[in-house]
Amino acid sequence: MADLKMKHVDAVIVGFGWTGAIMAKELTEAGLTVVALERGEYRDTYPDGAYPKTLDELTYLQRTKLFQDMSKSSFTFRHNIASTAVPYRQIGAFKPGEGVGGAGLHWSGQHWRVLPEELQLKTHYEQRYGKKFIPEGMTIQDFGVSYAELEPHFDFVEKVFGTSGIAYSVKGKVVGDGNFFEADRSDHYALPPQKVPYTASLFQKAAKEVGLHPFVEPSANASQPYTNPYGCQMGPCNFCGFCSGFACYNYSKASPNVNIMPALRQVANFELRPNSNVLRINLDSTKTRATGVTYINADGKTVEQTADLVISATFAYNNAHLFLLSGIGKPYDPVSGEGVVGRNIAYQMMSTVQMFFDLDKNTNPFIGSGGTGVAVDDYNGDHFDHGPLGFVGGSPAWCNPAGVKPISGIPVPHGTPAWGSGWKKAVKDNYVNTVSFDIHGANMVYRDCYVDLDPTYTDKFGQKLLRFTFDWKNNDIKMSRYVTDKMLNVARAMNPKSMNVSVKNFGDKLDLRNYQTTHWAGGTPMGTDRKTSALNRYLQSWDVHNVFAVGSSVFPVGIGYNPTGLATALTYWSAKAIREQYLKNPRPLVEA
Amino acid sequence: MKIIGISPHRRNFLRKAVAAAPAVVLLVGGASGVASAVSTGESAYKPTYFNDEEWAVLGALVDGLIPADAEGPGALEAGVHEFIDLQMKTPYAFGALWYMQAPFVASAEQFGYQFHMNPREMYRSALVGLNQAVQTKLGKSFPQLDPAQRDAVIGELEQGTLNIGEVPPKTFFAQLLQNTHEGYFCDPKHGGNKHMAAWKMIGFPGARADYMDWVLQYGKKYPLPPVSIA
Repeated sequence: MADLKMKHVDAVIVGFGWTGAIMAKELTEAGLTVVALERGEYRDTYPDGAYPKTLDELTYLQRTKLFQDMSKSSFTFRHNIASTAVPYRQIGAFKPGEGVGGAGLHWSGQHWRVLPEELQLKTHYEQRYGKKFIPEGMTIQDFGVSYAELEPHFDFVEKVFGTSGIAYSVKGKVVGDGNFFEADRSDHYALPPQKVPYTASLFQKAAKEVGLHPFVEPSANASQPYTNPYGCQMGPCNFCGFCSGFACYNYSKASPNVNIMPALRQVANFELRPNSNVLRINLDSTKTRATGVTYINADGKTVEQTADLVISATFAYNNAHLFLLSGIGKPYDPVSGEGVVGRNIAYQMMSTVQMFFDLDKNTNPFIGSGGTGVAVDDYNGDHFDHGPLGFVGGSPAWCNPAGVKPISGIPVPHGTPAWGSGWKKAVKDNYVNTVSFDIHGANMVYRDCYVDLDPTYTDKFGQKLLRFTFDWKNNDIKMSRYVTDKMLNVARAMNPKSMNVSVKNFGDKLDLRNYQTTHWAGGTPMGTDRKTSALNRYLQSWDVHNVFAVGSSVFPVGIGYNPTGLATALTYWSAKAIREQYLKNPRPLVEA
Repeated sequence: MKIIGISPHRRNFLRKAVAAAPAVVLLVGGASGVASAVSTGESAYKPTYFNDEEWAVLGALVDGLIPADAEGPGALEAGVHEFIDLQMKTPYAFGALWYMQAPFVASAEQFGYQFHMNPREMYRSALVGLNQAVQTKLGKSFPQLDPAQRDAVIGELEQGTLNIGEVPPKTFFAQLLQNTHEGYFCDPKHGGNKHMAAWKMIGFPGARADYMDWVLQYGKKYPLPPVSIA
């Protein structure tokens, strides 16, 4: 029983990161009364990003100031279905967000679309290479929405974010030296491309020399002053070097707090309630309709919020957690392969090349911006013939100087001792003389990689933690090793004194200790078949039609790029369906 | 040519550590000589968490991890041990930033931290455990060892071959090395990286955080010294 019952609203949104904020904007524009519940505290540029207090590596990165409070809740992990999972006790490999703005407050600002073939990965591979090409146990499937359908939403998201970049092709015409492989666009980026820092310029030159197609990355770190369609203002990025993990003191990095909140503050039909930890979505006796949500407020009181529409807008895997706790959709079973909630969890597979130069190179790695740099897409998606290679998937690669800070790791040549005078000399000699780039690969989905509820560990509210069963597979390691090997041609063209290449070996296990990427996807996959997807193509629950889920949890496969661009475009796609189809006649929008 | 030596600050620390723990006789190895970087206007730091024995062992450990030499400040000059003592008062040291619900199950190293102690508990157990292990093995306390002997002990800790009691040696080594890097390179606001000397050594400008005019000056040495938020 709830201690408190709140006044009924038209829509309740669980989570206030990018996708929750977009939904709040769209649904209030449609005239609905909307309440957004955010588990973490209130945050904004002031005071959370204020200069100079925010420029504190220890507080923000090592003491994880803006990340999830792990003492309240975490996850458990195991490598296979036969073993017992243990908790992710300290933030390491991935850095989930919490608080108003979510991970969107402390992300980097790499703003990508998606490759059209990744939206129909299964169909594409089967058509080009035949059904037998897809390995046993790999459960790739199509999103059920096409690039053409999403394009207007990608375009609008770039205008909301103030994304800086250079197009290759607009309305069928080649217009600039953007990404040669990028799908056609209806318009240019919102702002001209960002300045290219020194290390990225070295990468650009070398990539061109070896015959690749480098381009300046699309960046949600504004290259000029900007006012977005909501009237929210941004200042130009000054390359301060404190981007990923920090709130931007300069109003330059797109965030829900900078780019959407100022507009939502103007409307009376929106209310944001921080410190509100949602326990479950409540269903009526038929289990086909949600009545609202139950949450714990800042005083520890149990609160019931009824609503006609429930939007699950939590970070990635947390949508699957909420669905499992609420009894929405059939939980996935890896043995039978049946069930949909928890299915098709994907991560990303990174490799990194670090190059060491002479003492006077002055690469000045403290100059940087999270989303800025130079990328190549030649080995991403299916831009190269996979036929003779025998693996599915690809990797973009980029030199993205985001600001190297000294505690979190100064690259030193392999073989350097971890301590003592040798270590000290190496950090001194290499801090301003190193160039790094990343190969940021897609991770496919597999029958035995999924999430469910942990039988042992609970959160602060007594709820079962989400359990990950996940490990790397040979297909993905083969892909990563192939692309990394190709990218070493670029590294060699840069002519370093020496280099470190960190790439997975066959047999390597998922390692949660060192940061890799926060880009988990899946768990509540969208699709066209309710046997293999938890949501239909409009991100509506097949089973409970007044529940929609948004975020990277809806991806039915992993993608090569960072997911924010696709997650937010899909949110606008879903909002359009709610506004134009669902509100007039609430019902399942796709007949099962 | 600079003479590699021990700074007055470091010498002071070691002398005080001796005075605080009279049973321990410190043999300061290596050439003593001209101070490299730091003046000693500061009043002596008094630890609030660590007791005398722990403090002496901690100081000798961080001194071994980042020794003073001509390249730049050592951990003691940078105040790494003082930083670690100050950190012991923060929620972090009480394990309040971590998921610490039992059961704790020993598992493969890829799963990260799975030990039940928070940093306060770990330091308390491991510093004394290490000193006892050294005493048993070599007949001297850890701070009494000469630098080469200390390095050998730290190497055993790193390799996990030195039994220091309840705390797995590799777990303690990882905690100590992490906190040592933090104390060496953090903003001086936190009590480490004194005089921003470690930042000066590597060329990190700290909280300047505005490179609008520098981002296109390819390969030029950044000319301004670091600034702190303190």
